[in-house]
Amino acid sequence: MKLVIHMLVTLTVIGIISGALLSTINGWAAPKIEANRIAETERAIFVVQANAKNYKKVEDVDFELYEVFDDNDNSLGFAMPFEGNGFQGKIRLIVGIDKDLSNMIGLEVLEQVETPGLGTKVTEKPFTDQFKNLLVTPKINWVKGVKPDEPNEVQAITGATISSKSVVKIINDGINKLRSEKLMEQKVEQ
Amino acid sequence: MNSKKSLYGEFIKGLWENNPIFKQVLGMCPTLAVTVSAINGIAMALATTFVLVFSSLIVSIIRNLIPTQVRIAAYILIIATFVTIVDLVMKAQFPELSKALGPYIPLIVVNCLILGRQEAFSSKNSVVRSVLDALGMGLGFLMALFVLGGIREILGSRTLLGFQVMPGFYEPWLIMILPAGAFLTLGLLMGMSNAYAEHKKTIEKDQIVKDYLMTKESLKAEQGS
Repeated sequence: MKLVIHMLVTLTVIGIISGALLSTINGWAAPKIEANRIAETERAIFVVQANAKNYKKVEDVDFELYEVFDDNDNSLGFAMPFEGNGFQGKIRLIVGIDKDLSNMIGLEVLEQVETPGLGTKVTEKPFTDQFKNLLVTPKINWVKGVKPDEPNEVQAITGATISSKSVVKIINDGINKLRSEKLMEQKVEQ
Repeated sequence: MNSKKSLYGEFIKGLWENNPIFKQVLGMCPTLAVTVSAINGIAMALATTFVLVFSSLIVSIIRNLIPTQVRIAAYILIIATFVTIVDLVMKAQFPELSKALGPYIPLIVVNCLILGRQEAFSSKNSVVRSVLDALGMGLGFLMALFVLGGIREILGSRTLLGFQVMPGFYEPWLIMILPAGAFLTLGLLMGMSNAYAEHKKTIEKDQIVKDYLMTKESLKAEQGS
């Protein structure tokens, strides 16, 4: 019995000390981590909306969405972080799109765990630049091995078809979500 | 511990004689996974060393207070505390590095190098010895991870610590930054270090035989005269 109490007391004391220590450190680190995340998002918004000067978080939707503005506070469109499954894990990206949701302005991949040297090419310029001024209605399509000839097509990366496909699918899903949100808004207005 | 080593000996044994990677083959998961570049290897090793040193310190201080039945649970609690500290500090101060190392920082908790040193060493030795042992092991781990990460980075993306070291016409070997490259490099390095150890042993053995024969000869000569 004495031993049991000894065991319980030892583990409890270690647990309490460790908990106290961690909560102190978390109190210091949490605001910094949050600030890093915001800075990262902000940087990405201005990458995918190159002409934007200002941005505002859209509050009344249930996903992350930012509306961007130029110098004179005219709306330029949206920047939307969105995530989905890639080849090996989650891909998180941010899409810049114009006001009527018909053309993409830019794309930046924020997080991915694709195969180094193959799938990771989706983060590089030759691939992401294809999405500049890309038509997104009715949706983005991908082609393999040949040059894209429709205004809504991109070329998949050789050796990383699944990663390319996933990126296209994530963007399409994200834009569809944004569209349905817009439709609802219009209905409410009518 | 019957034969007490010198304090210097406790420290230096982790570098070669008991190197955690090449001799003890402990903590293989982070070793193989994060060494795609030299900087990742260094960061991983520094994080592990920090956890190892502080866990060893605390465990050796309270080693007589912990009941044997719950010692592993107590070690894990202590280790997990320090790992969480490293994780939080890294996320706050070095977000890029923390992203590159991803889930492998929290996984230091179950790195058998750390738990192994607590169980095998810190729980039986004084504070000074435990800390020196942890520092040595950490440094050995750092060396191994740097060499591994360096080789893979040079061959896989022609750079070392971000600086280009291979000429432009050299086509990077993609396999070196894939998991297979980690196994190949580690296997070759381990083979080489074993071959070297074997070679050294043979030389030592030959030397002893030679010394023995020489003393025998000289003794004979003395008796003869």
